[in-house]
Amino acid sequence: MLEWLFMDQWSPYMAGAGIGILCWFAFLLSDKPIGCSTAFTRTSGLIERVIRGSKVNEKPYYKKFTPSIDWEWMLVLGIVIGAFVSSMISGVFQLQWVPSTWAVSFGDNFSLRWIVAIIGGIFLGFGSRWAGGCTSGHGISGTLQLAISSWIAFICFFAGGLAAAYFIFSILGG
Amino acid sequence: MMFKKLHENKKIQLIIGLIIGIFFGFFLQKGGVTNYNIIIGQLLLTDFTVFKVMLSAVIVGMIGVYFLRSLGYAQLHPKPGSFGATVIGGLIFGIGFAVLGYCPGTVAGAVGQGFLDALFGGIVGMLIGASLFASLYPKLQKKILNKGYFGEVTIPELLKVNPWFVVIPMVIVLTAVLYLMESVGL
Repeated sequence: MLEWLFMDQWSPYMAGAGIGILCWFAFLLSDKPIGCSTAFTRTSGLIERVIRGSKVNEKPYYKKFTPSIDWEWMLVLGIVIGAFVSSMISGVFQLQWVPSTWAVSFGDNFSLRWIVAIIGGIFLGFGSRWAGGCTSGHGISGTLQLAISSWIAFICFFAGGLAAAYFIFSILGG
Repeated sequence: MMFKKLHENKKIQLIIGLIIGIFFGFFLQKGGVTNYNIIIGQLLLTDFTVFKVMLSAVIVGMIGVYFLRSLGYAQLHPKPGSFGATVIGGLIFGIGFAVLGYCPGTVAGAVGQGFLDALFGGIVGMLIGASLFASLYPKLQKKILNKGYFGEVTIPELLKVNPWFVVIPMVIVLTAVLYLMESVGL
C-alpha cells in the first residue's frame, strides 16, 4: 500500500480522482472551490504595498482582492510543499533550469528560456485575472459545478494554448 | 450549512487551505502535470495526460459536490462570466499557458519539484501580470469586462431542470470521452 506514495508517477485517472475528492472537501469544509490565481493578485498587492505604501489598498482591484494571506494563498503555498514532498519521496526532485522539450527546439541556454517564461507568466497572470480564474478555478472547480462561464473559459484556455503551442514549436522551433 | 462555524473560523480555514493545497500539489506532481514537457505535450496534442487528469477530477468532483449539495452540505459558487472577460481573458491565458508551459497551480507545483524556470520565470511573470491587471482594471472594467455579461449561471439553471438531469449525462459523456481517448491509444 505504502509503495504508492513512492511511485514516480500515478495513473492520470488516480491523480485526477484524488483532485476530484479534494474538491468535495474544499466545498464541505471551507465552502470554497479550489482555485489558484487570486493568490498571485494578493501577493502582487502585498509587494506593491511594501514598495509604494498603503495607497495601494485604494486601487479598485485590490479593494476587491485585499492584499492579504487568505485560504487560497495558503492553498498555493500548500501546492509547493505537496509537490516538493511528492517529488522528494519518489526521488524525482531535481533542480532543473531548462525543460527538455524546450531545449530540443530552442537550446539549453537559460537566459532565453527565462525571458520567455517571464513573458508567458505575464500573459498567464494577466489573462487569469481577466478571465476571472485559471485551470483550477475555472477548468476544474467551475466546470464541475457546470458553470457556463467556466466551460467557455476552459475551451478558450485550450484554444489559445493549442494555437500558441503550435506557433511556438511548429513554426518558430520547427 | 453543516459546518457554518468551521467556515467562519479564519485561522482554521487557513490551515485547511494549506492542507488541501498540500494534497493538491501531491496529486498534481504524481499525475505528472507539474512537468513542462507533459503540459506542452498536451498543447501539441502528443500527450493527453493533462486532459485525463482534468476530466477525471471533473467527473469525480461533479458527482460528489452535487451530492453534497443535494444533501444540503454544500452550496455552489459558480463564477460570473461575460464574453468580454471570459473569452478574451481565456485566450490571453491560453497564450500564457503555452508560452510558460505551466498554469497558475502547476507552476507552484513545478517550483516544489525544483524547476527553476517556473520559480524565476513563471512566478515572477505572473506577479507582474497580476499587478498589471490590477492597474488596468478600472479601464478594462469600463470598456471590455462587462461586454456580453451573462452572470453566474450554471447549465441546469439555464435549462431550468433538476441538476441531476445534467450531471448524470455529463458524467456519462466525459467518461465516454476518456474511454474513447484510451481506446484509440491517446
